Amino acid sequence: MGSGSSPCASCKLLRRRCAKDCIFAPYFPSDDPHKFAIVHRVFGASNVSKMLQELPVHQRADAVSSLVYEANARVRDPVYGCVGAISYLQSQVSQLQMQLAVAQAEILCIQMQQEPMMPTPQIIDPDDHHDHEHDHHHHHQKASSSSFIDLPQYLNFASSSNNVIHDYSLKRESIFGVHDMVS
Amino acid sequence: MSKWSGRCAACKYLRRKCPQDCVLAPYFPSNDPHRFSAVHKIFGASNIAKMLQQLPEHVRMEAADCMAIEAYCRIEDPVYGCVSFIDQLQQQIIEAQSLTNQINAQIAFYNAHNNQLTIDPFSSSFDQTD
Repeated sequence: MGSGSSPCASCKLLRRRCAKDCIFAPYFPSDDPHKFAIVHRVFGASNVSKMLQELPVHQRADAVSSLVYEANARVRDPVYGCVGAISYLQSQVSQLQMQLAVAQAEILCIQMQQEPMMPTPQIIDPDDHHDHEHDHHHHHQKASSSSFIDLPQYLNFASSSNNVIHDYSLKRESIFGVHDMVS
Repeated sequence: MSKWSGRCAACKYLRRKCPQDCVLAPYFPSNDPHRFSAVHKIFGASNIAKMLQQLPEHVRMEAADCMAIEAYCRIEDPVYGCVSFIDQLQQQIIEAQSLTNQINAQIAFYNAHNNQLTIDPFSSSFDQTD
């Protein structure tokens, strides 16, 4: 909370008195001036204040974290920002799902070769007493059924109808610490 | 007036004259007022103009498009904005990777198992005929 002794990072930057009920103070402590500076640079203090005011108190910390993340992304990549990271991750998901499909196909082949009772397309010897209804213990593992998460249309780069990020994911190797996620 | 007939969406929204060299006009056409109102709400007009002006002209449209997308996402989800999609995608990556690793381990197991079962007919345990 804001106190007379130590203004929060926001009020320090904005050069104003840090009120007791300062909306920024809980989320922008004075020991991390960079955090507010970057959010202010991208979104503007008044916009951030308005956004926080419109949220219930228990959601504000998460909102600040995501705003900081987004602001950092935009500063590191002034053209594509967070959207570039999304595009890059989508292409990673796509590649991994292809690898997964290949692995699944391979293990299915192996399992089919392993299964002695598995019906095959060849003609079965009538003297052979295989039970065709025998249980198959498939260890088939399902991949997630959807290729992509349910993105709104304007973020669906997978369809590549959006010209914005067309080749971005192929050009960028790494965006920023994408493991630096919102807590 | 800008070279586009009438004011751009930004100048209309801000209720000002749209000069011929309006920085925002090329990226916020008057036929899409929601685009500017979204970016204005999240980023603010002066921030948008500043950020665009700092970029070379040939990338400004893409930058404006991305900012519009981020703004829409933030309006839709005021807590996480587009960052929620990053989280979900990272989760998908972890899951797909984990599943692939499991399956590859199974493949390796099967292959190792098959290798053990394979009996070499030419091994010393068999009589060899020339």
